[in-house]
Amino acid sequence: MGELIDYRLQVNGLEHEVSQAWLGENLLFVLRERLGLPGSKNACEQGECGSCSVLMDGTLVCSCMVLAASAVGADIVTVEGLSAGEHELSDVQAAFLAEGAVQCGFCTPGLIVSVHDLLEHNPDPTELEVREAISGNLCRCTGYGRILEAVRAAQEARQG
Amino acid sequence: MSVFVPVSLEDAFESLDRYPDAQLLAGGTDFMVEISFAHRRPSAVVCLRRVAELAGWRLEGAEVVLGAGITYSELMGPQLSGLLPGLAQAARTVGSPQIRNAGTLGGNLGTASPAGDTLPVLAALDATVVVASRQGRRSVGLDELVVGPKRTSLGPGEVIVEIRLPAALGSQEFLKVGTRNAMVIAVANVALVVDWAGHSVRCALGSVGPAAIRAREAEQFMTSRIDWTSRSVAGEPLAVAEFAALVRAAARPIDDHRSTADYRRHAVGVCAQRAIERILADERQGASGRGAWAS
Repeated sequence: MGELIDYRLQVNGLEHEVSQAWLGENLLFVLRERLGLPGSKNACEQGECGSCSVLMDGTLVCSCMVLAASAVGADIVTVEGLSAGEHELSDVQAAFLAEGAVQCGFCTPGLIVSVHDLLEHNPDPTELEVREAISGNLCRCTGYGRILEAVRAAQEARQG
Repeated sequence: MSVFVPVSLEDAFESLDRYPDAQLLAGGTDFMVEISFAHRRPSAVVCLRRVAELAGWRLEGAEVVLGAGITYSELMGPQLSGLLPGLAQAARTVGSPQIRNAGTLGGNLGTASPAGDTLPVLAALDATVVVASRQGRRSVGLDELVVGPKRTSLGPGEVIVEIRLPAALGSQEFLKVGTRNAMVIAVANVALVVDWAGHSVRCALGSVGPAAIRAREAEQFMTSRIDWTSRSVAGEPLAVAEFAALVRAAARPIDDHRSTADYRRHAVGVCAQRAIERILADERQGASGRGAWAS
């Protein structure tokens, strides 16, 4: 496997030590298997499904496509870092629950991160913009109707 | 495996001196899949994401100079989509927001996939690609850089640093056929530029050959049929049909897991036809451009 190294990653505002890791590991693997942050899900590991979506320096990316060792120094936010605390829900998470946008739940963390990113940059998106924003997040249960409803609810709640 | 994260080109060249076989890593949207699926185990990786010289873009006279690290999302921004509308349209068809935030123009060139969405646009705009190494810089055309499917002429120690394109050249369209709008690798795509000032039509096809193909005969035919004063085509439907037929004839598609050669040939004809029809319709309506969709 080649040499193993130690490095540090900044995740959800905390410094995390990654020790004795193979340099070719992707960020998703490191988050889940080394840092105990299993919120980001692994379905396709090729950027197709969006269930591993995270924010890196404020930009939405698939963590499976980030070489973890190259993310040293980057500010990484996972779904675990979006709410105020471990037992708190973010407004988008609450809207997903209230609108029944969660079925099996596997795609949910990635969608939550994508919707947070959308509303951060575009507080009042049209339905077309919402559809485009979540086009990289696959859900095989809901048919997306309730997900779109949840985004609209979160959007309206933020508008007050 | 060694990983380098240089912050300047000089640092990158230094890493490449030490590891001449190092894999260059840009947005990771192709390369990381190969790593994660254990298709590749490179001895060294030079990550270009933080190389300052590869970021951003600038105007130099009538040319837009894009840093190779520019992402698809950046190409869709309000200013660049006005200067390079065809490239912005192509960028918008790539993957998903996540992919467009990571993937870069330089990476699309370096990967040199026959299906690379930006490549037909670069071909139609006669892009100049600037390649640099410790020994200096050289400027190459797209067909000198991309020499085959997933093959480039990049030598050891060389990095794609800039892509130079004409700013706001004429009318531009990009169309792509795939199984859906998002997250799809092109079955066929077409870039069309009508340069009203220069009296030329440029049309390039993707996913229907080993690299982007310029449909030269189709270009010459349409150039001869456009009335450059009135910006219209006499007998438009027949001329457009002949244009599409010449585009189909220029394609060199193959059957593979994504589509058939027959369908691809048909699809590039349809795309080329729609592209020229849209451009001519815009002129009829006196529209100054189709950039209004850009966010």
